[in-house]
Amino acid sequence: MQVELRQRSEASRLMVWLSPLLALLLTFIFGTLLFAALGYDPLRALYAYFIKPLTEAWSLEEIVVKATPLALIGVGLALVFRANVWNIGAEGQYTVGAICGSVLPVMLPDLQGPLILPAMLACGVLGGMAWAAIPAFFRIRFGASEILTSLMLVYVAQLLLDWLVRGPWRDPDGYNFPESRLFAADAVIPALAGRMHFGTIFALIAVAALAILLGRTLKGFEFRVIGAAPRAGTFAGFSERRSILAVLAVSGGLAGLAGIAEVAGTIGQLHPSISPGYGFTAIIAAFLGRLNPLGVLCASLLLALTYIGGESAQVSLGVSDKITRVFQGAILIFVLACDVFIRYRLHIHPRRQPACPIHEPAQAKEVP
Amino acid sequence: MLRTTIFATLAMALALPAAQAADPIKAAFVYVGPIGDHGWTYQHDQGRLAVEKTFGDRVETLYVENVAEGPDAERAIERFAREGADIVFTTSFGFMNPTIKVAKRFPDVKFEHATGYKRADNVATYSARFYEGRYIIGQIAAKMSKSGIAGYVASFPIPEVVRGINAFLLGAQSVNPDFKLKIVWVNTWFDPGKEADAAKALIDQGADIITQHTDSPAPIQIAGERGVHGFGQASDMDAFAPAAHYTAIIDDWSAYYIARVKAVLDGTWESGDVWGGFAQDMVVMAPHTDLPADVAAAAVEMEAKIRSGAFHPFTGPIYDQDGMLRVAEGERADDGMLLGMNWYVKGIDDKLPQ
Amino acid sequence: MTGSEAVILTIVTAATPLLLAALGELVTERSGVLNLGVEGMMIVGAVTGFAGAQLTGSAYLGVLSAVAGGMALSGLFGLLVLRLAANQVASGLALTLLGLGLSGMIGEAFIGQPGLKLERLYIPVLTDLPVVGAILFGQDLLVYVSAALAVCVSRFLFHTRGGLALRAVGNNHASAHMLGVSVIRTRFLAVLFGGACSGLAGGYLSLAYTPQWVEGMTAGRGWIALALVVFASWMPLRAAIGAYLFGGALILQFHAQAEGIPLPPQFLSALPYLATVAALVILSRDRWRARHDSPTCLGQVFVPDR
Repeated sequence: MQVELRQRSEASRLMVWLSPLLALLLTFIFGTLLFAALGYDPLRALYAYFIKPLTEAWSLEEIVVKATPLALIGVGLALVFRANVWNIGAEGQYTVGAICGSVLPVMLPDLQGPLILPAMLACGVLGGMAWAAIPAFFRIRFGASEILTSLMLVYVAQLLLDWLVRGPWRDPDGYNFPESRLFAADAVIPALAGRMHFGTIFALIAVAALAILLGRTLKGFEFRVIGAAPRAGTFAGFSERRSILAVLAVSGGLAGLAGIAEVAGTIGQLHPSISPGYGFTAIIAAFLGRLNPLGVLCASLLLALTYIGGESAQVSLGVSDKITRVFQGAILIFVLACDVFIRYRLHIHPRRQPACPIHEPAQAKEVP
Repeated sequence: MLRTTIFATLAMALALPAAQAADPIKAAFVYVGPIGDHGWTYQHDQGRLAVEKTFGDRVETLYVENVAEGPDAERAIERFAREGADIVFTTSFGFMNPTIKVAKRFPDVKFEHATGYKRADNVATYSARFYEGRYIIGQIAAKMSKSGIAGYVASFPIPEVVRGINAFLLGAQSVNPDFKLKIVWVNTWFDPGKEADAAKALIDQGADIITQHTDSPAPIQIAGERGVHGFGQASDMDAFAPAAHYTAIIDDWSAYYIARVKAVLDGTWESGDVWGGFAQDMVVMAPHTDLPADVAAAAVEMEAKIRSGAFHPFTGPIYDQDGMLRVAEGERADDGMLLGMNWYVKGIDDKLPQ
Repeated sequence: MTGSEAVILTIVTAATPLLLAALGELVTERSGVLNLGVEGMMIVGAVTGFAGAQLTGSAYLGVLSAVAGGMALSGLFGLLVLRLAANQVASGLALTLLGLGLSGMIGEAFIGQPGLKLERLYIPVLTDLPVVGAILFGQDLLVYVSAALAVCVSRFLFHTRGGLALRAVGNNHASAHMLGVSVIRTRFLAVLFGGACSGLAGGYLSLAYTPQWVEGMTAGRGWIALALVVFASWMPLRAAIGAYLFGGALILQFHAQAEGIPLPPQFLSALPYLATVAALVILSRDRWRARHDSPTCLGQVFVPDR
């Protein structure tokens, strides 16, 4: 028997809804087996993981807090990925956004007034844009792959932050510990409720704006055409170079905004570690959300739930952090795997069917 | 906002009778690393297990591990406060501000933050005087070294680490005034490969004693491989290099955790700052192995003197590396100076980074 | 042993795991698959290698089980991105997450145990030769394996039919498919090879470099290996040079510090990444070379279309 994928002529509408359910089912089966094998009550574990975080107002807020940077970065990534530009350095753009946005509160702590916060946010956006412009420039000017340059720049950005908070930006009253001074009250993003802050509003605006841009404007169409068929796009008069620069700038700017929003909203100071890998997790969010802004929003919330749920399971059942990470990895793999049925049909047919040349052994001699 | 309040009240109303019925108190621990690091977090978790063992049914312990400093810390701490923890231990410096923030919102929960300097009515701080042990291993190093050079694998130039380096060299200088110390900063708390490389570089530069202020057993293991000697860090690392391991400075949080949990049980808990050393059993020396009897005996004697307060490792005259007198003849460095220490003592040639 | 000999030995040890992982990823990427899960496969290799050695009492069986561990994880990845056509970037990241968790779970029983060390070779006379003896003839087996692997991979890629087919698949999967090369099978084998090498690299860490198991002990080396592949512009021998350069930079940094030369450590740590970006830019400037050197189909999904 041979299993084969066949491309559907168009994405299956049924599978768009069915595949997440299938993934959920697989997750439950896997979770039950995993937790039972390790000696935990599977039902209680799954409850702690998926249901309990949804039953308390507090943890709902925390899910939103966690999902905010993921959604902000993720929608930007959905845009670049649609344009067939592979920015996987959002973590670096996030970090540089946080650094640039913190220039004012760290270096001029006495500054006061309502204008500081907008200025900080603007600096953060510009910082993220600038950091994303580097791979864009290298790609446009030299044809260097942005996948790799953007990834390398992540580490450079993190080391820059490390140097700043351990060196020049260290809190002068902080006993030489590696963190900046706490931001003054005017430099902190106001809270909406609990730890939820205005950054969430920015994320919602970004989702809406990009949904409109991608779905309903000529510009969005241009980006998608350039992404899908660069040559055709060029014939239509669209500039591939301008597209690359534009989408990278937007996604870098959003990552930068996420960075400064996290620092000025959730943390309140600069640290050597300001992100538990948001820039990378957002890549997963972008794909889980099928590169659709609203989808990315849902995926961010789902990912946030798996984090919060993992913590909840650790606390209420004593499940170790490793197990929660294995489980989280498994969820992602199931969702990614099941998504395939949207675009492809599973075709099972008996072995040795002659109409299947691709599964015959490689015929190296035919290669010139 | 309103909904939150209503919900919180409801939750409290529901939780209260249950708590009275069972009545074990909850002690929670927030760890920065994995409990399997065999170093910092491992030792804190040993303390948690000691609490469980001591109090049995009367205390329930909870923990989360691998909590990154940064945006996640506050949530992890708050979760415990909401889960009904009576006392929450946050065991990394980076948890300081999140602990203070959560403590403000939960005035009835007691918090204990390790290695920080911010306190509140319901936030106590605690730390250990590891430098007491470092003075002793400095003395051992100077007695045992043939080359007169020790290598120090250091993590980050924060006062805690600088203090340890200074104490080590002061101890060594008390035996051999010309003793040399080479320092390599690996810029991480935990990366076995890098720590091993740093130890190799130090040995190649002539050090025949290796000591470390990082968490993995890699440096002592390298010392063993290369036929030199060294000391364990945080836990007894003798098993990793039986022939090389003289002793180790062990972090022992058990006594402190037991005392503080007991204070909560008795209703006598108060905020404060404990900076404990040998005298509080927070710093413990591992068994002295492979040492000549007189060296081991001197080490034990010095430990007793420090324990009783008869001797303080930072007793003047102490000059910094620029020749400035920092502690006058016969005086002892006060805790303020120790806590903010950002200068090297005389005898170190390197410049302190930043 | 003289000082400079010892330094070179240290550099070789630091470079070996990077080289092993980079060679595996290089072959994977040459076939057109980008597997960002190197860190995850490495750490699983580290723990399965350590566990294998502890349970069997043989460091060499440990090496085999490290390879098996890395391959198992890469098999999962191959299934996902080749059979199910899932996105490679996202799957690789998910794989890292899974690997880090899985390794912690497997390793729980082995914490605090001193490990078995892969012994250094000792060939009478040869190893005792002055200057070159210890460097050329006194290393552990995996050092030689890594160097030989660099040569073999290079030979395979550029001087065999199989290598030609592999590169064809990576450069233009549609044409390769039309010419009768099984794209999926070739890529699957390349992914498995990548997993085996990453596992081996992890095993090197827990069996030779620092024979112990501690959680998260790969500490980001998988990501450096990814950088190395690009730095080497997908050429195996350049990857070897790059690995020794990366290793050398790291070790010499420590020596500079121990000599009392002050350098901001963050700057030095950033150097390999900056060098990689610079190398990439310089290589790409020459468009013709770039087309020949880099696998054009990197990261693209291929599903045979009929």
